[in-house]
Amino acid sequence: MNEALLRSLTPSVLAVLVRRGADFAAAEDAVQDALLEAVRVWPATPSPSSSSRERPMRDAKGWLVTVAWRKFLDATRADAARRRREDLFDEEPAPGPAPAVDDTLQLYFLCAHPSLTPSSAIALTLRAVGGLTTRQIAQAYLVPEATMAQRISRAKRTVAGVRFDQPGDVATVLRVLYLVFNEGYSGDVDLAAEAIRLTRQLAAQVDHPEVAGLLALMLLHHARRAARTAPDGSLVPLAEQDRDRWDTESIAEGVAILQAALARDRLGEFQAQAAVAALHADAPTAEEADWVQIVEWYDELTRLTDSPVVRLNRAVAVGEADGPRAGLAALAALDDSLPRHAAVAAYLHERDGDLATAARLYAEAAHRAPNLAERDHLTRQAARLNAGRCR
Amino acid sequence: MAKYLLLKHYRGAPAAVNDVPMDQWTPEEISAHVQYMHDFAARLEQTGEFVDGQALAPEGTFVRYDGEGRPPVTDGPFAETKDLIAGWMVIDVDSYERAIELAGELSAAPGAGGKPIHEWLEVRPFLAAPPTITQ
Repeated sequence: MNEALLRSLTPSVLAVLVRRGADFAAAEDAVQDALLEAVRVWPATPSPSSSSRERPMRDAKGWLVTVAWRKFLDATRADAARRRREDLFDEEPAPGPAPAVDDTLQLYFLCAHPSLTPSSAIALTLRAVGGLTTRQIAQAYLVPEATMAQRISRAKRTVAGVRFDQPGDVATVLRVLYLVFNEGYSGDVDLAAEAIRLTRQLAAQVDHPEVAGLLALMLLHHARRAARTAPDGSLVPLAEQDRDRWDTESIAEGVAILQAALARDRLGEFQAQAAVAALHADAPTAEEADWVQIVEWYDELTRLTDSPVVRLNRAVAVGEADGPRAGLAALAALDDSLPRHAAVAAYLHERDGDLATAARLYAEAAHRAPNLAERDHLTRQAARLNAGRCR
Repeated sequence: MAKYLLLKHYRGAPAAVNDVPMDQWTPEEISAHVQYMHDFAARLEQTGEFVDGQALAPEGTFVRYDGEGRPPVTDGPFAETKDLIAGWMVIDVDSYERAIELAGELSAAPGAGGKPIHEWLEVRPFLAAPPTITQ
């Protein structure tokens, strides 16, 4: 049983049902049921090359559409009977190949609809587009399954009135996929890989440089995954990562996608962020990175987003390009209540040789760290400087 | 999306507005309070924001390691301990503002005279998973 294939078919099967007139919420449940049925009845395929065993999956999509449609009708009939109404769905559409029109893109828009909160949009996207089960999504976000089930059905109710054929905004979809990639726990479901898969699938549906930009950004960061944590689970900062452990294939793909996107001259924030990541990927060591160009990309990002987080990152880059004093000057213009402000200040002071101030700021940054891995890392930095000074 | 702990104190929080010990409420007032807590948790489950809720016994024991091959040392309970946790609720919400809004609602649980207790709840963010993209 090829779960990846099954899951990749999820959105187009769902889209067929909706196009046939099924309402989105019921259709989505029916597709989930069909996926479970497929897992149950399809034989396990030990390897993708075992052609004879793959035969039942030759028209996997057609099979899923048929089963999902039947489940939809069953559920609708049962529902109708419960409500003591006449059967409304006696007519099955003529069996035949699934229509060539692919509404997968519409599903992305629906699941990231602006009326949904970010957490609802994420949950709905992972289920309806990604084909993950409610249990898997609940485990990935460390909430009870019942809570996640409610979050998803509430999200479905929220978008129940949205017309399926309405054009949506790619930017909202990208925001959701970015969050899936960037803010997942590391559980059984690999959310980063899932985000890449969904973004890749989206890129196949819509020709948009920012979709390419996000895909490139994800690939370039995903490439560093093995080097990002030490065996004990602690964070390894970019400058100290073993660059031999970066995934060169993923980097090459990310760079190629980014270059093609940039050539179209429609810059957006994801392309600019990916450009920064690409410049890091290109450097044999952190010091040898083209920091002047990185600062220029942060200037572009500031222009595009005016985000304080970008200005903070820019101060770090200025510190590398023009020296720590210049970095501290750039930092002085920023609100010191920003997340990670103290961490950046500590780093720049250390580079500037003011170890006492750096140690104090690392400790302060640790106190304000938004996650455990960063807190431990910053505490270790403070301890390292304090131990050095006492010697 | 972030998780928050709504912490309820037996002791250690500032005094509630309607600060009457529970054993001096009427049985109906106690039932109304318990019902409110159940309904609140059920409503959060409906909105997809509920993670966990637990109540703790008021008395606990302090325990510490006492060296290789020796049983742990226990002590307490200490009647003079300033801070005493009564229970908690864990929520998973889209914003800090939402966490504050929900804590405010929980603090409105009815107490003596059927009036809201207005008790002080402590809202503490969980330390999240580290983000992948930081540069």
